[in-house]
Amino acid sequence: MKLTRDLLLDAYRRMKTIREFEERLHVEIQTGEIPGFTHLYSGQEAVAVGVCAPLGPLDYIVSTHRGHGHCIAKGCDVVGMMKEIYGRRDGLCKGKGGSMHIADVTKGMLGANGIVGGGPPIAVGAAIACKRRGDGTVSVAFGGDGSCNQGTVFEAMNLAVVLKVPAIFVFENNGYSEHTGADYAVGSRDIAGRAAAFGMPAERVDGSDFFAVHEAMQRAIAHTRSAGGPAAIEATTTRFYGHFEGDPQLYRAKDEVRRQRETMDCLKRFRAVATDHGLAAGELDAIDAEVLTLIDAAVATAKASPPPSDAELTTDVYLSY
Amino acid sequence: MAQKSMRDAINDALHLEMARDPRVIVLGEDVSGGAGGTSGEREASGGIFGVTKGLLPRFGADRVLDTPISESAIIGAAAGAALAGLRPVAELMFADFVGVSFDQLYNQMAKFRYMFGGKTGCPAVVRLAMGAGMNMGAQHSQAIYPLLASVPGLKVVVPSNAYDAKGLMLTALRDDDPVMFFEHKALYPRKSEVPDGDYTVPFGEAALVREGEHVTVVALARMVVFAEKAIDAVQKDGITCDLIDPRTVSPLDADTILESVENTGRLVVVDESPPRCSIAADIAAIVASRGFRSLRAPIQMVTAPHTPVPFARELERAYVPSPQRIEQAIRTVMQE
Repeated sequence: MKLTRDLLLDAYRRMKTIREFEERLHVEIQTGEIPGFTHLYSGQEAVAVGVCAPLGPLDYIVSTHRGHGHCIAKGCDVVGMMKEIYGRRDGLCKGKGGSMHIADVTKGMLGANGIVGGGPPIAVGAAIACKRRGDGTVSVAFGGDGSCNQGTVFEAMNLAVVLKVPAIFVFENNGYSEHTGADYAVGSRDIAGRAAAFGMPAERVDGSDFFAVHEAMQRAIAHTRSAGGPAAIEATTTRFYGHFEGDPQLYRAKDEVRRQRETMDCLKRFRAVATDHGLAAGELDAIDAEVLTLIDAAVATAKASPPPSDAELTTDVYLSY
Repeated sequence: MAQKSMRDAINDALHLEMARDPRVIVLGEDVSGGAGGTSGEREASGGIFGVTKGLLPRFGADRVLDTPISESAIIGAAAGAALAGLRPVAELMFADFVGVSFDQLYNQMAKFRYMFGGKTGCPAVVRLAMGAGMNMGAQHSQAIYPLLASVPGLKVVVPSNAYDAKGLMLTALRDDDPVMFFEHKALYPRKSEVPDGDYTVPFGEAALVREGEHVTVVALARMVVFAEKAIDAVQKDGITCDLIDPRTVSPLDADTILESVENTGRLVVVDESPPRCSIAADIAAIVASRGFRSLRAPIQMVTAPHTPVPFARELERAYVPSPQRIEQAIRTVMQE
């Protein structure tokens, strides 16, 4: 299927926004102004954007601890996200969630999640709601290679097959479950194969290739609509930083990230084929400049924003109690 | 007014609310039963305790979902469905199965509202059958509500009779926060007067089951029934008691308990859970810190021992707080 220029420009903008958001966080974290710990998504942008590009605001995603990319791909406000990561009063979650718990239900973004494997059962529940509405919407469960070893994910995949709900399980295999290699921790080394064993179509794609991810996602959506059940995608990818910021990454070969930044950078690969899709380099350069301005503004705004007041401590636990 | 069992009263509430609100769905193991079986009987159980009977024939398989034995997925799916606009009722079957679903209860559904800055709630009800007395052993008998009452974001309901159970369930189904609804298995067949129509019992309002002068007895679920027996026994000797059934332990109506203790000066708390970090300990701590000057005697806690629930009839009888032990505790506080 031929992709429109608008879709491609928007996809590039989102991937670039994620990249600059994360690269900038990598720098800003050194200042000590950002509380807690942060898991960066740099390197995996084509997965989030390839998966979310065909989705609308009524489709759902459930994210992971490495969730900034999914949030941006699904349309969350970048300035609100930055404020949230700085723990500010008018952050997307009032500074009560932080990096690992960003959510915006109005955008169909049902939350990043600090628990590996915590999200897929929730995504199946949202898929039950999609099925009841009968409007062709879908619910996506993002997870990493680490999540594919969690029992909750097995339960979620089986339940989705049994109930025939439009859930799409996206496994981002970035090669590492925290500090442990996926080829050690994933016994079968075949995440797509595991998903398929639950009785759903599953395919492995090159997660550094936006076009490959996007096409796989379209096939997955088509399956949920025609057959009424779930589908799965294993996207092989890499992360350009550690499990969390400050991770010395002693488990990675010295030049691994440098090599991967040359060969597996989804933005470089997108640009390399952009002209084939009718996009001019100048258009992409202009987007680059706009994104940098946006990120600069987001950081400046976040730094200048006030923290939550102490009165916020005890609100939002219940609607009424 | 009709006499109904607690089982039928809860069933009534589910029927009423599913008819009223199309967002309500029910999911869990064997909530209808029979899916995939060889008999062709599609509603083969209607819930292992019969509480969801009749829902499938009336509301259909789109709203009454039989699930695999996957408690994390059941609770997680309820959480996700609630985020996406439905009002799910997840049946966990035995309350003891919180262990295989706990992350979805305490890290996920309990925390969405707070973590997400108050922009969304998680209006899910989780039904949990609890309690000892049926020789079901250590993994099918626990009164595990203190564990969930300790989690901010969850509401915890522990009804003691059919009337309250129906009204509390209708409140739970209309509440915008996650509600853990504990149903004592021994109370399922017990009948009381239950109106046919729609009524609610509010959360956080204790029931004053008996009124008296000398002792405040606080009891939950089946312990309310046992406490009434104990109170009847001591009444012969001129001792009268307030009997308070909090009905919900989160929120907890501490004011009603404190007001009663102000009048009686004596407190007996009865709880089927083990004593450490229990609701009994919680209530004792509240009264000791906020009502200390009213107390004329040390607080008596009548609880299960700090052991798993045993199997043998004799041992289980010794485990569950009995009317006799409650009676003894009342007499003990009267000696001071």
